[in-house]
Amino acid sequence: MSRKKEHADNLKELVFQVQDLTKTYKMGEVEVHALRGANMELYSGELIVLLGPSGSGKSTLLNILGGLDTATSGFVSYRGDDLTKANEQSLTEYRRFHVGFVFQFYNLISSLTARENVTVVTEIAKNPMIPEDALALVGLTDRLDHFPAQLSGGEQQRVAIARAISKNPEVLLCDEPTGALDSKTGIVVLEALERINRELGTATAIITHNVDIASMADRVVHLSNGKITEVTINKTKKSPGELQW
Amino acid sequence: MKGQVFAITLVVMSGVATFIMFISTMDSLNLTRNKFYQDYSFADVFVHLKRAPESLKEKIKEVPGINLVETRVSAYVKLDISGFNEPVNARILSIPDDGKPLLNRLYIRKGRLPDPFKDNEAVVNENFAKAHGFNLGDQFAAIINGKWKKLTITGIALSPEFILLMKPEAMSPDFKRYGVLWMSRKALSKAYNMDGAFNSVALTLYPGAKLSDVLRELDNIVGRYGGFGAYGRKDQISHRLLSEEFKQLQTSSRIFPTIFIFVAAFLLNVVMSRTINTQREQIATLKAFGYDNIDIAIHYAKLVVLIIFAGLITGIAGGIWFGHILGDIYMEVYRFPFLIYTLQPWVIIASILVSIASALVGTLHTLWRAAKQPPAEAMRPEPPAQYRVSLIEKIGIGRWLTQPSKIIARNIERKPIRTFFSVIGIAVACGTMISSGFFKDAVDYMVNVQFVLSQKEDMTVAFAELTSHRAVYELKELEGVHYAETFRIVPVKFRYGHRSYKTVINGIEPDSRLHLLLDTNLKAVSLPPSGIMLTDHLAKILDVKASDMLTVEVLEGSRTIRQVPVVALVKQYLGVMGYMDLAALNRLMSEGDAVSGAYLVTDSRYREKLFQDFIKMPRVSGTVVRTDEIRNFHEVQAKGMLFFTFIATLMACFISFGVVYNNARIAFSERSRELSSLRVLGYTRGEISYILLGELALITLIAIPIGFILGYWLCAYIAQALASDLFRVPLIIETKTFSLASAVVLVSASVSGLIVRHKLDHLDLVEVLKTRE
Repeated sequence: MSRKKEHADNLKELVFQVQDLTKTYKMGEVEVHALRGANMELYSGELIVLLGPSGSGKSTLLNILGGLDTATSGFVSYRGDDLTKANEQSLTEYRRFHVGFVFQFYNLISSLTARENVTVVTEIAKNPMIPEDALALVGLTDRLDHFPAQLSGGEQQRVAIARAISKNPEVLLCDEPTGALDSKTGIVVLEALERINRELGTATAIITHNVDIASMADRVVHLSNGKITEVTINKTKKSPGELQW
Repeated sequence: MKGQVFAITLVVMSGVATFIMFISTMDSLNLTRNKFYQDYSFADVFVHLKRAPESLKEKIKEVPGINLVETRVSAYVKLDISGFNEPVNARILSIPDDGKPLLNRLYIRKGRLPDPFKDNEAVVNENFAKAHGFNLGDQFAAIINGKWKKLTITGIALSPEFILLMKPEAMSPDFKRYGVLWMSRKALSKAYNMDGAFNSVALTLYPGAKLSDVLRELDNIVGRYGGFGAYGRKDQISHRLLSEEFKQLQTSSRIFPTIFIFVAAFLLNVVMSRTINTQREQIATLKAFGYDNIDIAIHYAKLVVLIIFAGLITGIAGGIWFGHILGDIYMEVYRFPFLIYTLQPWVIIASILVSIASALVGTLHTLWRAAKQPPAEAMRPEPPAQYRVSLIEKIGIGRWLTQPSKIIARNIERKPIRTFFSVIGIAVACGTMISSGFFKDAVDYMVNVQFVLSQKEDMTVAFAELTSHRAVYELKELEGVHYAETFRIVPVKFRYGHRSYKTVINGIEPDSRLHLLLDTNLKAVSLPPSGIMLTDHLAKILDVKASDMLTVEVLEGSRTIRQVPVVALVKQYLGVMGYMDLAALNRLMSEGDAVSGAYLVTDSRYREKLFQDFIKMPRVSGTVVRTDEIRNFHEVQAKGMLFFTFIATLMACFISFGVVYNNARIAFSERSRELSSLRVLGYTRGEISYILLGELALITLIAIPIGFILGYWLCAYIAQALASDLFRVPLIIETKTFSLASAVVLVSASVSGLIVRHKLDHLDLVEVLKTRE
C-alpha cells in the first residue's frame, strides 16, 4: 500500500493530543511562564502552522511535542502514548524513529556531505528512505557530494529537510524553517515541505511568526503569551508558490 | 574555560616545580658542599704510601704550588660489634695530638675528640653510628694490627672527606658494614709502628698551582716509600660520587622542565585560539571603538599571563617543597652537618620569564591573528568550517565507515597541526613515564649482569697484605667453604697516546668459575694467558681497541712501566678496570705468586661461623658478602627512585590529563552544537559520545606507540648523559614499564573522557538549536 493511499485512509487519525500544557522555567532570578495551559491536536497527514510573536510559547510547545523538553504540568500524547511520562531513553527512541526536525539554522554536520548528512539519520532508522531519494525529493540530486560550506542557505535547509524526512517519520516539526532565508529561497524550502506533506502524508507542524506562511496550512494555531488563542481552518490552502512576503 | 585553565595550571605548575626542585636541590647541595669543604678545610690532593719518615713532610712542602701539608696514619681494620655477627670494616685515621687538624677537620655532632693520651678512644662517623644505634660511651672492638682492642666512642662526627662513605671495592654505600674511626695519632702510631712516620698525606694547593705537575712531583717523592699514586679531588671517591649526582640533577633539570614548557605552550595555544575565535565580535567592537592592534594584543597577552600565573605561584611553592624533600632524601646518604637550602633569585626569575615567554610564543600566532583582523570582517560570523573527504576514506576504507566514524576521521584531518601536537603531547607524557620506569629496569639489569652473570662468588675476602697463593689453602680448609679462587688487585695508570687513566688491574685465575668476563653479548669469554682485557668504557676513555699496545704504569712496589697488548674488551656496567691472567700479572710485577684476596663459594649455613673465623684471621682484612651488596645497591637506590617515580608519574598524569582534557573541552565546545543536533535527530548519549571520545581515544592510541619511541629516545639520552667512569646505565626498558606507561596515559585520558562525557550527558538540546554558531 502506497503512503499516499495510506494517508487518505488515515486522514483523521490523532497524532498529538495536548491538554492543559504548562511550562515554567527560570531565567536567572525570573520565572518565565512559557506555556499557560495549552490545548491542541494534530492529525495524521495534516499540515499546521503555529503562529505567534516571539515569546508566545510556540517554540516551547514544539520542543515538548518533539521530545526535546518536558512539560511542567498537563498532558501530551503521541499516538496514545503519554510523552510527559516518558524517560530520557524513550524520548531518544521517540525522536529517533518517529519525529523529523527542521531547524531555523539548518544544524547540518559540517564535516559531512549532503548525502552523508542524510545517511547519518538513515543509518540509525528502522525503515529509512535511500538518502539519494530523500535528496531528490528536495531537488538536490546534483549536490549530493557537496559539503555544507559549499551550499547556499536554501540548499542547506533543503538538505536538512531531506535529512528529516529520510527516516519516514510520522511527524515533521519545523522551527522557523525559513527564518534565516530570503523570501525567494524560503518559498523553495516551503515547497519542499508542502510536497513531502502531500506526497508522503507526513503530519507537519511549522512554527513561524510570518502570517503569510500560515495560508499554506490546513489549520493555523495562534499563540500568544503562552496560550492558544485561536485555531483557524484554511478552507482553501495556498500553494507556497503563491505566497509573498 | 575553568577546567582548561586548571589543566594548564597543572602543567605549568609541574614544569616550574620540577625546574625549581632540581636546580634548588643542586644549588643547595653544591653550596652546602662548598661551605663544608671551605669551613672544614677539605684537602686538594691525597696520597697513600707504605711508610715514610715524618721528615719527608718538609720535602713535600717544598714542591711548588703546595700550601698546607698534613701527614696522617691510616689503617684498614676489622671490627667486632657485639650483637652484629657480620663482617664490619672501618678505616681508621689519625687526628693530630693537639686536636687541631689542619685539613679535613671534623664536624663534631656530639661528644669530643679522643684524648691523645688514651689509646682506647675513638670518634665514629655519623652514618655508621646511626646504623648501629651507637651513642657516646658505647663500646665495640677493633682488630688493630692483629690485636683485639676495645674502643669507647667519645664523639660522633662528619668529615668533608666522607660526605658519601663507600668501601673502596664496594658498589654502593653500606653504613652498617663500613665506617670511619678517628683516633689520636699517638695511639695509632704506636699500634702500627708509625712513631715518627706516616702513611697518608693530605694537602692543599695554592691557587693557580698546576695539579698534574704537583701529582707527578709528589709521586716522585713518595715513590720509594711505597706510594700508591697521588690523586686530586676529582678522583677522591666521596667528591666524585657527589659530582656525579650533581650531573644527574643537571640532566634532569634540563629534560623535564623543557617538556612541560613545551606542553604548556601548546595547550595555551589551543585554548587561546578557541577563546579568540569565540570573541571575534568583541574584538571587532573594541576596534570599532578605536582600540588599536597593540591594545588588543596586550589584552590577550595579559590573559595568557593571568592563566599561567596560578601555575607559576603554585609551581614555585611546590618546587621549594619538593626541593626540601629531595634535599632530605640526599641527606640520608650524603652526610653534611646541615643542608643549607638555597633558592637563588635568578632561578625564580628564570622560571617566570621562561614560562611567560614560552606561553606568549605559543600564542603569538593567535594573538597576531586576533589583533590584525579588520573590524568589519570580525563582526561577521565565521563561515562554516571547510571540510574534505579524509585521506583514510580516499584509500578505500571510507565505505566501511559509519557517518560518526567519518566525522571523527575528518575532524582529525582538518586540524593536522593540532592533532599532531596533541599526539606529541600525549606521547611525551607516555615517554616521561617510561623514563621513570627505566631507572629501575636499568638498575635491575646492572645488578643482574654484575652480581648474577659476572660475579658468582658468595664472598670476597681481602688480605691485609700481599700474600702467597698458598694462603688460599687455609681458607679452603675452613668448614663451610666449598670453593675458592684467588685474585690480585694492582693499582695502575694506563697510558695510550696522550690519554691516561688511573685504575686497577684485577688479576684472576684462568678459567675462573667465579669471576666471569663477559663480551658485549654478555657471553663469557676466556682470559688469554697473556695481554690485558679492558672494560669497554675504559677502552673508550683511552681510545684503544683490541690489539693496541697499552702502557701500564704500576703505582705500587717496583713501579714498573710495561707495554701490554690489549687482547679484547669486556662489558661491565659498574666501574672501569683491566683484567689479566693472575700469573701474567704477577710476571708483569716480577713478583712470585702473590695474591691480594680470594673469591669464595660458601655454605650459607656456616655464614656466621665463617664471619667469626675471618675476624680472628689476621691475614683477612675485609669481607664482602654478595647478597649484602645486592641488597644495599637496591636499598640505596630505592628511596630516591621511589620519589623520582612518584614525581614522574604525577607529571605524566598531569601532562596526559592536561592534553586530553584540553582537547576534549575544545572539541566539546567546537562540536557541542553538532552533537546536540544529532541528539535531536535521535542519537543516544552513547552514540554522540563515540564521536567526541572516539576522536580522543584514537589520538591517544596513536600517541602511545609514538610515546614508546619518544620514551626510548629519552632513556637513551639520559643513559648517555649519566654515563661515567663509575657506572654506565644500560638502555634496558622492560615490557612492564611500557605497559605501565600506557596504562597511566589511558587512565588519565579516560578520566578526562569521563568528565567530558558527563558534560555531553547534560547538553541543553533546546538552547543550542536557537542560536547560530
